[in-house]
Amino acid sequence: MGEVQISNYTMNLGPQHPAAHGVLRLVMEMDGEVVERADPHVGLLHRGTEKLIEHKTYLQSIPYFDRLDYVSMMCQEHSFVLAAEKLLGLEVPQRGQYIRVMFSELTRIMNHLMNILTQAMDVGAMTPMLWGFEQREILMEFYERVSGARMHAAYFRVGGVHRDLPAGLLEDISDWCETFPKIIEDIETMLTENRIFKQRNVDIGVISVEDAMDWGFSGVMIRGSGAAWDLRKSQPYEVYDKMDFDIPVGKHGDCYDRYVCRIEEMYQSLRMIKQCIAEMPEGPVSATEHKVVPPSRAAMKSSMEALIHHFKLYTEGFSVPAGEVYAAVEAPKGEFGVHLIADGSSKPYRCKIKSPAYSHLQAFDFLTKGHMLADSVAIIGTLDIVFGEIDR
Amino acid sequence: MDEALIELGEFIAAAQPDAVISTTIEHGQLTVNANAVDAVKLITFLRDDSNCQMKVLTDLFGIDWPEREQRFDVVYNLLSMTHNQRVRVKIQTDERTPVLTMTTVYSAAGWFEREAWDMYGIMFDGNPDLRRLLTDYGFEGHPMRKDFPLTGYVELRYDDEQKRVVYEPVQLTQEFRSFDFESPWEGAKYVLPGDEKAEEGAS
Repeated sequence: MGEVQISNYTMNLGPQHPAAHGVLRLVMEMDGEVVERADPHVGLLHRGTEKLIEHKTYLQSIPYFDRLDYVSMMCQEHSFVLAAEKLLGLEVPQRGQYIRVMFSELTRIMNHLMNILTQAMDVGAMTPMLWGFEQREILMEFYERVSGARMHAAYFRVGGVHRDLPAGLLEDISDWCETFPKIIEDIETMLTENRIFKQRNVDIGVISVEDAMDWGFSGVMIRGSGAAWDLRKSQPYEVYDKMDFDIPVGKHGDCYDRYVCRIEEMYQSLRMIKQCIAEMPEGPVSATEHKVVPPSRAAMKSSMEALIHHFKLYTEGFSVPAGEVYAAVEAPKGEFGVHLIADGSSKPYRCKIKSPAYSHLQAFDFLTKGHMLADSVAIIGTLDIVFGEIDR
Repeated sequence: MDEALIELGEFIAAAQPDAVISTTIEHGQLTVNANAVDAVKLITFLRDDSNCQMKVLTDLFGIDWPEREQRFDVVYNLLSMTHNQRVRVKIQTDERTPVLTMTTVYSAAGWFEREAWDMYGIMFDGNPDLRRLLTDYGFEGHPMRKDFPLTGYVELRYDDEQKRVVYEPVQLTQEFRSFDFESPWEGAKYVLPGDEKAEEGAS
């Protein structure tokens, strides 16, 4: 029999595939098992968030941010409220800032748990997922106790946070901080030195710092390559400058280094949560600017002025002075930014959402070129993509 | 922070006098308004010059100002990790004039430009892959333009007879209404119904 000519063929993966972490459609040109070219088709979850926000008041816009990256909800609200506060020139009271930092870090743990465990499951480890999701459920319970919603909290408001912490919550978070390191250790014993896990992740999806910058990476994706860049340190917002924490940095820029960075970040987040609990000051949780922050329920019973403000704020909303501002936070996935253009009315003129995973997924073709098909799944896992924020 | 930014703005304006129209600082953030023609030259300079080192393109997007002759702004958000500084470069264009692509400078520009094309219809000359990105296959129009209605023009449903999803013109039982909540006591530009008579009586 003569030589058989095998030509490249095109393969479609998704949009409904468990390893695609959502609705990602990949059109891949394959040479046998090797990926020659990958073309991600995104937008299957496009809901027109930016357009909708242009038609909503600032308060009504906040819930949309929960629904972008639906595994790190509060971090995104954070970026939006920071942008609005910069335009309004509002100062958030200390207690409000501490609460925000504490919940940002709880959110980070929640996100990293999700990411590490689903990545582990993609490469064949089932058990850690079951352990970790139990913990995520506890974290969502904290969300629920503070905001009433397990996931889509809408807790961060312009000027502060919606309500003060309920009684006993700090103690419970504190207790959880003592038990949680055990869980991370358990997960680590399953994964970190696991032969299969290492074979699937070490030297897969390697990217150098220069390439990572060129592709606009941020967060763990660039720290895994060795750049010590973290907005919490370099451009601190809220009380991050008072926090004592370290930034884990990888060496090789492969999937395994990024996994190790994420594990370490969870420990660092725990450190910050403990500091927040220890240093949590008393006082108001929200600014007292009557034209922006709604009055308390009690004030409304006795003050006509408060009643009017309440009515105006929940119908018309507050007006934001004209201007343009960019505010970014270090979300668990990377730099999440909001570019807000206000025209002086109570609705944003333009709200551009810069989502980190958008840039990361864009480099997917660059990262997978020459890898095996099975490795592309590990790379999707390490990119930490969630389609809510990519498609917006 | 602000002095360093003023200095940086002056430095950029002095180094690229043809490209820079003006520089402004707002809320501690530097904006460079530039000529659309020289934008690639300017941004390449910002990336490579040792005083700028803007190695990361964090974002690229369009803004629509329909009342303007040059109706679109294209905004480039640049970040220098070395100097811990951000610069925003802004250029203007209209529906017909293509902007030179930034993919030659940053690989990250590819999808951002695709999105700006998809959402606003801003053309990018030289982008190797200017397909639609976020909207559906075969979508028509540019949804983020201010004259594109929030409800859109088509809606889709599953057709049981044809056994596939079909597009139909959008039908609303109640038209989308945009209520005017702007407070009439503060900052209202319009005359309230009845108020014009008060003016007449006075004169």
